[in-house]
Amino acid sequence: MSDAREVVLGRIRTALADRPQPTAAVLPPTPPAPADPVALFAERAGEYRAAVHRVDTAGVVAQVAEICAAHGARRLAVPRDLPEGWLPPGVEGTGDATVPALDRVDGVLTGCAAAIAETGTIVLDGGPGQGIRALTLVPDLHICVVAAELVCASVSEAFQRVEPSVRRRRAPLTLISGPSATSDIELSRVEGVHGPRRLEIVIVT
Amino acid sequence: MSSASRGGATFPQAAHVELRNAQLRRNLGHATRTIRAKRAAVVDELDNWQQLREAGAAIKRDVMANLDTYLVEFERAATEAGATVHWAADADAANDLVAGIVAGHGEHEVVKVKSLTTDEIGLNDALAARGVEALETDFAELILQLDGDWSSHILVPAIHRNRTEIRDLLRRTIGPADLSDEPAALAEAARVHLRERFLRARVGISGANFAIAETGTLVVLESEGNGRMCTTLPQVLISVVGIEKLLPRFEHLAVFMQLLPRSSTGERMNPYTSLWTGMTPGDGPAEMHVVLLDNGRSDVLRDPVGREALHCIRCSACLNVCPVYERTGGHAYGSIYPGPIGAILTPQLEGIGAAASLPYASSLCGACYEVCPVKIDIPRVLVHLRGLTPKRGAERRAMRTLAWLFADAGRYRRAQRLARVLPARVAGAGPMRAWTAGRDLPAVAPQSFREWWHERRP
Repeated sequence: MSDAREVVLGRIRTALADRPQPTAAVLPPTPPAPADPVALFAERAGEYRAAVHRVDTAGVVAQVAEICAAHGARRLAVPRDLPEGWLPPGVEGTGDATVPALDRVDGVLTGCAAAIAETGTIVLDGGPGQGIRALTLVPDLHICVVAAELVCASVSEAFQRVEPSVRRRRAPLTLISGPSATSDIELSRVEGVHGPRRLEIVIVT
Repeated sequence: MSSASRGGATFPQAAHVELRNAQLRRNLGHATRTIRAKRAAVVDELDNWQQLREAGAAIKRDVMANLDTYLVEFERAATEAGATVHWAADADAANDLVAGIVAGHGEHEVVKVKSLTTDEIGLNDALAARGVEALETDFAELILQLDGDWSSHILVPAIHRNRTEIRDLLRRTIGPADLSDEPAALAEAARVHLRERFLRARVGISGANFAIAETGTLVVLESEGNGRMCTTLPQVLISVVGIEKLLPRFEHLAVFMQLLPRSSTGERMNPYTSLWTGMTPGDGPAEMHVVLLDNGRSDVLRDPVGREALHCIRCSACLNVCPVYERTGGHAYGSIYPGPIGAILTPQLEGIGAAASLPYASSLCGACYEVCPVKIDIPRVLVHLRGLTPKRGAERRAMRTLAWLFADAGRYRRAQRLARVLPARVAGAGPMRAWTAGRDLPAVAPQSFREWWHERRP
């Protein structure tokens, strides 16, 4: 095995005998921020067929209740550290679901680590209120609460925001833009393959 | 099959067969028109697109110039994060490594994320030969696997199939007999078929779109969620990564996350992107392996002109704009990597003799270069590779004669006079006939510029 390592590295060093000296990469300057990143995030997430709702802090629980009622969801998987007051009365929250159990709940309710306005993306890093990756993957309905201050204007800004969690605790990251989809049939995007087929985003301002 | 090339016919021979398939041309024409329009719309949204392309190209040039350093850095970081890093000089070595890991766990089935690299090394066949079933979970790859067909497009492997053909296939294989040809119904059939397999799989296999040297992070972009399933649910994850997939620093990823989705599916962002840096206790696999694959890449690196083919991030924008690809489809290229990028990558990975017709599978119109998110000058590399292809004796003699004529002013002048008096049909005979059959030979002017100038000189 270490032989293969020396073979490959040796071939590379031989191949680079001409000692190419490329100029350093210049990262593009950040484009001017949109006037209202939160509105842009809501618009772009909506264009990818996520349902987007905007509420104030006091309105979260009623909004989640309304979404659950609309989808007939009575049992939601939740991260163990789900913030107080997000889970509506009458909806059961399952905090320690195994993967097979996740396949039987009606949906999942989480927060997120960041969101990206220009692409309508939510970013999960396994931090507070997010739980493990399977949580937001196996159930068919994902309700994600996005605090407005987590909305970043650009892709670069969002990566800067979550970079410390990768460096400090090697956090796995998941970027989600709309519900699960495929473009494999005649290159037209249709929603609904293996991940959650419905994504409900609750923006809290 | 353990190589990028599928051998067999030359490009012109295979293209002649494919061009007679009217259904194929309709499917491809429809799909490539759709994707071209979507890409153009989302690229136009970004004012700094050209700067992003420049940055992408510069980052990849740096990766290639310091590839040994970055590989060692990646190895150290990924190992510290808990992954086991393996090196494979060629396809057979990589397949042996993967098969050995699977056998070590006593498993007979694995679930796979779509990965061109594992297609290139023929991993599925190698596993099947050892009694391991590799289940493709990307929808298009599943279609091809069910049909015994092979990929014709980097991003959308079943692009040559329309919805009715897919419906008929699924009805015959996994789907209900009354399946409709609505894309959502077709996707639902795949969901039902694969769900239980995802939940019981013990080993997942992936490639990687990017590997970040400083942090040891792997990155997979996808749409369906099958990638997330394969990389988070199984206990063991094996990722086969071409050595050219590296990015030096974490901050570089943001550049490519803007370039790749817009160039490939024409979306601002693909539905799902997963990044993982070794294992996370209680979340995802408990054992991770990374196989760093050479398989001809270091040969490509040796050519100062051709090495930029290694910058490719497999977006497929060059296929979608190529007038040749749009008409022949991907199968004519006889390669895992079809289209313009395949025409420069495959002959270099395999040796020019193995795919000598591919550098000619282009009109050199330059559309591929215009759309390439990392600015690979594909036409330049095509011309360079044409210069390296083995030449027939007659062509070689003709070119030598021309070089001799052009090297001396007197010889050149006498040759011009001779060309005027030679009957044009001479040019239509012998080895020239193949060229003149489809083209008119331009008439030779009655007077050359030099003669005209000479008359007017005081």
